Parts: sequence; structure tokens; C-alpha cells
Amino acid sequence: MRLGVKLLLVAVALTAAGVMIGFYVSNLTTLAGSPSYALPVQDASSGHPVVNLQIETVAAVGPELSRNPDWVSYLVRDNGQWKRKTVWDLPAHATVHVTIYNFDGASGLRNPFLARPQGMVGNRILVDGKPTDAIDPNDASHTFAVPALGLILAIPGVPDDAKNPCGYAPCSVAKYDHRTIKFTFHTTTPGHFRWQCFVPCAAGWLDGFGGPMQTIGYMDGFLNVRA
Amino acid sequence: MATADPNAAAAPPNDSTNHGLRVVVAWFVLSAIATPLVAIFVGRLIPPGNASVQGTEQVFDNTWMLSVITPVICLLVVFFAYGLGSFRATSDAVVDGPPLRNDARIQVLWMVGTSVIVLFLAGFGTYELLQNGAGGGQGPNPIAVPSGSKFQVQVVAQQWQFTYRYPSLGGMESNQLYLPADTDVELHVTSLDAIHSFWAYELGVKADANPGVDNVVFVKTKGPGVFHVRCAELCGLWHPYMFNNGHVVDSGQFQAWAAKQQKLYAAIKPFMDKPESDGGAPYSKTYFPAPDRRAG
Repeated sequence: MRLGVKLLLVAVALTAAGVMIGFYVSNLTTLAGSPSYALPVQDASSGHPVVNLQIETVAAVGPELSRNPDWVSYLVRDNGQWKRKTVWDLPAHATVHVTIYNFDGASGLRNPFLARPQGMVGNRILVDGKPTDAIDPNDASHTFAVPALGLILAIPGVPDDAKNPCGYAPCSVAKYDHRTIKFTFHTTTPGHFRWQCFVPCAAGWLDGFGGPMQTIGYMDGFLNVRA
Repeated sequence: MATADPNAAAAPPNDSTNHGLRVVVAWFVLSAIATPLVAIFVGRLIPPGNASVQGTEQVFDNTWMLSVITPVICLLVVFFAYGLGSFRATSDAVVDGPPLRNDARIQVLWMVGTSVIVLFLAGFGTYELLQNGAGGGQGPNPIAVPSGSKFQVQVVAQQWQFTYRYPSLGGMESNQLYLPADTDVELHVTSLDAIHSFWAYELGVKADANPGVDNVVFVKTKGPGVFHVRCAELCGLWHPYMFNNGHVVDSGQFQAWAAKQQKLYAAIKPFMDKPESDGGAPYSKTYFPAPDRRAG
């Protein structure tokens, strides 16, 4: 084979490999990855920034927000819209007021210990306005946990006989049955902290920990605490 | 009259140098210098550290083994260096090297030497294992069990964090690992889902965490300090984030920590004490993944 033909074949092979790698990276960033969302500071008059984080958990993310419409997911409220972004930028030494709207049903915790809220102010959460030290582990639908910050809380599910369950996200708080969880925590020094759900809630995967549980942008993400 | 064949290979030079003696002398000198240096200065840098009796013993064992193999490494280095220096080609002429001969003395010496080293290390390792434990998981039926009372702690792994249960504190569970100083500890390592591995680095402890298996480890803590805990078995997306710090504290600090944790735990204890069929998780040596998966 002539040298020119060999070089041409190598060039074609390299180009094909580059295109495939490009598709792979593109797929990771659009399907599996997550853009970040910088929480706007609401108040900094006391010297410590205060931010509000509003998130919702949905049983099925829907075709509008994902190419995996049946995957369970967290969404964040960004400028009044529910977005599938699970990487959040927070200021350091901030007070973070969190509101979680859960539209999913209960499936139970694998480790009931996680049903005891920890790591937030007062080690207590408000469930539908009621102060709560622990929920029944059987009623847990998801958890929101940042292990490196010691923050753990289980989110109770919508009853099975709810009259207006939400099908595909985004789910309207005004329209569909949901549970409302509120708590406050403080960020510390700058860092990169992962958060995750501890409920085995990925239906269809072995032991419930595949798919959305192993993919950033659904049931996992990061808190980027910045100076 | 016969004439010399110009194409015949030149005869090897008559070399009366005792290369073997030179190598042995050089090896002996290098080993005499390197071995104590390795034992004294390198040995103490070998992991895991001194947070437990087992950790200290592992450093001792590793130092010993490194010291034993240092002369072997020296022999290889000297042999190759001497060979490269003394037997290198000095011209472009193609000549046969000296003929290779069998030497029964060297063969016997090599076999006896390596056998002695291997048997010594096997005996030394077995003795140390039974004497002080290795800090590794011994399975549900441990062989090397230290005498006397032991403080039990259960290590529960799940995707993706460790939690710790204290049966002597009413089955109290915490996401923090605190151990009293100068105490014999009996760790029971298990998992709620996938295969993990509990690696308490400075304690010298490493044990597989498998669902349905009670993997027992014995370790004796030393003075107060902090040690690193991480998962040593690839277990999914957040495996690299599955770590935390453990603490060895004095008795008073441990009691204060335990009281605080029990106060936190009180809120969830009624649910934990329920039977498994009712979603509870009363203290048990092993657990199985439940619920298997989400309904629907």
C-alpha cells in the first residue's frame, strides 16, 4: 500500500474517532450532565448572604425537560421556571433557606436512620408547616443529603390515594398534590460538596440505584460553595 | 602449511579476573550500607501509621520485609551494573562471548537462599498475623480473636456513605465514627446494598462490606487522634466521595459525644426498633437490601 493511502486512512480514522468522542461528550453534557445555577443573594445587609433555594422532586421528569422522560428527578426554580439543574452555586458562610416541593409517592428508606433530619438549623424540618424531628421511614419518598456537611433529611411522599398527582414535570405547586418541606442550613468555607438522594428510587434498575441515581442532573448534584 | 581462516571468529580473551568475587564484595558492601538506612529512615515512612496497635504492627512488618528484600534488590542492581560495565562491547568486531557453564554451587546457593527467605517471610507473616491481627476482615467466624472484652461498633455501608451503630449504646446509629482511646474494638462491617470496602487508613483496618455478611475486624486503638475512612471498592457514581474522618478520643470526650448522639437518635429510635417487616431496622449483625426497589 502506498504511503499516501496509508496516511489518508489514518487521517480518516482519527477524524472518525474525534467525531465519536465529540458525540459522546455532547451526550454527556446534554443528557447526563447538568448546567450550574447560581442562587441570587436575597439579602447581605447583616454581612452574611441569605439565599433562597426552591426545588421540587418529581416522579417523572417528562419529555419537556429530558430525553429520559420517565426518570425521577430534582428540579430547581430558576427565574420562576422549573429547570433540570442540579449543580448549584452558593456563597460561603451564607444562610440558605430551602423549600422542597415533593410530588412523588413514598417508597421507603433502605436505612431508616436517615429519616432523622440532621445538619440543618435546630436539626428539625417543617413538613407542611409542622415542625418534625423524624418522619416514618416507610413514608420517605426521597432524601436530600449533603454528607460532607452532615446534612440529611428524608422527604415524605404524597399519599397513594392523592386526588391530583402530577404525571410529568414540571409540576405546578398550585395544581398538583404535593408535600412541602422547609429548613435552613448554613454554608461554611468554600468547597465542592456533592448531594444525593439515599432512597433507592430508580425504578427499573437493579437495587434501585441505577439510571437517575447514578447520573448528575437528576437525583445527584453538587453544591459549589464559593467565596 | 595451514593458513588461518580470515572469517573465523576471534577466540575470546583469556580473562582470569574473578568477576564473581567482585560482585559478591560489591553486593555485600552495598547491602551493609543500604539495609540499615532503609530500616531506619524508610521504614517509618511506610503506611498506614500509628493510630492503632495493628497499624504500628503493619509498619513494623513492612519495615522488616523491606529490610529483608533490600539485599536482594542490591544484588540485582550490582549484578546488572557490573555486567553492563565489565562485559560491554568495546569494538564493532563480532565475537563469541565466553561459553556458559553450569555451576552447581551457584544453583544450590540460589535455591537455598530464596527458599530460606520465602519460608522466613511466610513464618514471620503467620506469626504476626496470629499475634496481633492484620487489621483485615476475618469474615463472620474470625480465627485470630484477641482475649478480653471488646467494644463493638458496626460499620454500615451504603451507596454512598458509611454510618456506624453502637450496640452497647442501645443500637444507636450515627454518621460519625468515634472510638475510645486505648481500647480493644470489634468492628462488624456490612452493607445495605452493593459491595463496598471499609478502609480506616491510619487504623490499619481494611475490610470488605458485603450485604448479608458480617465481616469482623479487631483493632486496638492508641492515643487520641483523627484517622481517614474511605471506601476502597468501586461502588458507583459517588464512590470517590464516600469518605469521612474518624476520631479516637479519650473516655470523657467519647461519653460526651455518645450522649449528644443518643439525644439526636432518640427521635428516630422508635422507628428503628420496629420489626423489619414494618420498615424498622433493629440492631442486627447483617442486613439485606430492602426495599429492593421503588414501587411502580
